[in-house]
Amino acid sequence: MDQYEINKTASAEWPLWEIFIRSKQGLDHKHVGSLHAADEQMAIENARDVYTRRMEGVSIWVVESKFIHASNPGDAAALYDPANDKAYRHPTFYNLPDELKHM
Amino acid sequence: MERNFEEVFQDKIDKEIKIEPKDWMPEKYRQTLIRQISQHAHSEIVGMLPEGNWITRAPNLRRKAILLAKVQDEAGHGLYLYSAAETLGISRDEMYNQLHSGKAKYSSIFNYPTLTWADMGAIGWLVDGAAIMNQVPLCRSSFGPYARAMVRVCKEESFHQRQGFEILLTLSNGTEAQHRMAQDALNRWWWPSVMMFGPKDDESPNTIQSMRWKIKRFTNDELRQKFIDICTEQVKILGLTIPDKDLKWNEVTGHYDFGTIDWDEFWQVVQGNGPCNKERLETRKKAWEEGAWVREAATAYAEKRKNRAATKAA
Repeated sequence: MDQYEINKTASAEWPLWEIFIRSKQGLDHKHVGSLHAADEQMAIENARDVYTRRMEGVSIWVVESKFIHASNPGDAAALYDPANDKAYRHPTFYNLPDELKHM
Repeated sequence: MERNFEEVFQDKIDKEIKIEPKDWMPEKYRQTLIRQISQHAHSEIVGMLPEGNWITRAPNLRRKAILLAKVQDEAGHGLYLYSAAETLGISRDEMYNQLHSGKAKYSSIFNYPTLTWADMGAIGWLVDGAAIMNQVPLCRSSFGPYARAMVRVCKEESFHQRQGFEILLTLSNGTEAQHRMAQDALNRWWWPSVMMFGPKDDESPNTIQSMRWKIKRFTNDELRQKFIDICTEQVKILGLTIPDKDLKWNEVTGHYDFGTIDWDEFWQVVQGNGPCNKERLETRKKAWEEGAWVREAATAYAEKRKNRAATKAA
């Protein structure tokens, strides 16, 4: 296969979709994996076959992967560490008398 | 600097913190995972062929529905794994290219033919049994997407082994001819299944690094021994005999001793000289090439719909 052929097949690849499944009514959709499909309708149909063969879901979301934007793992310290020293955001931070009820 | 990244990485692994696709990882870790996961995905896809061979000839409707569901699961497992591998930066088409060109391998077991219905039983019990033994520890693999895919695979794989055992049990307790057929299948599938765990530890150069990176949790020989110990007990229920005259309980080790593995055969099949290597690869290539018009038509249709929607909106 020459370079041209490789480029041709690469560009012909169906887009990648991220799949989210609601496992039952009342719960939120959860990411389960990804798959390739030509369009959103096919992505839902394929997701049904690939990710819900054993009643894993009652609802499917599909999002084309290129539309997902993610935080950078390298920024984790700057983003999440500041929450560490704000213990006063948790109810257990406060020392209140034992006789206090319903709080 | 590089060394520093590598220390942080190893530290995470040692603390059992999972590695996710966007995290820094050594190039060799990425390449090892791409090789292992794609090889695993290819095995699921090629693995559909020996069993697909019997779908139309299953002995009854119940067996046919079960076999169809099993083969469909294998397609699903291949897809979970391909998508896990893609998070490492390799495209699906590139993986297919590697399979079709022979650059990527798949499990050698699928290069053996399925001659009788009893082979469906032997594959379920032994081949899926060996696969499960390999896969359960992979649910704790250090790479997040791989581990998550394996959790799903393992959950589904359990019925595959049970249905196989049931087929063999039914045949073994059937007519004399059926019993012979079951024993014949066991005779042919036993050694290739034992070889599924790969080369011996001292001939498996990647094992040490893979264990250190927690991609693998047990060595080939550890898993192989466990498989043999379990099967040697299970075969008693089937009323069949494992074709290894050296199989013997060892009081000292607490394991079964077993006969010499024919590594010559193993390497022959790995190198492409097994009974069905050519046929399997050609079938996959044919499916890919003859499916090209479907992929193109779907792309064209999606394009047309998109354009139509755009025109309507304007």
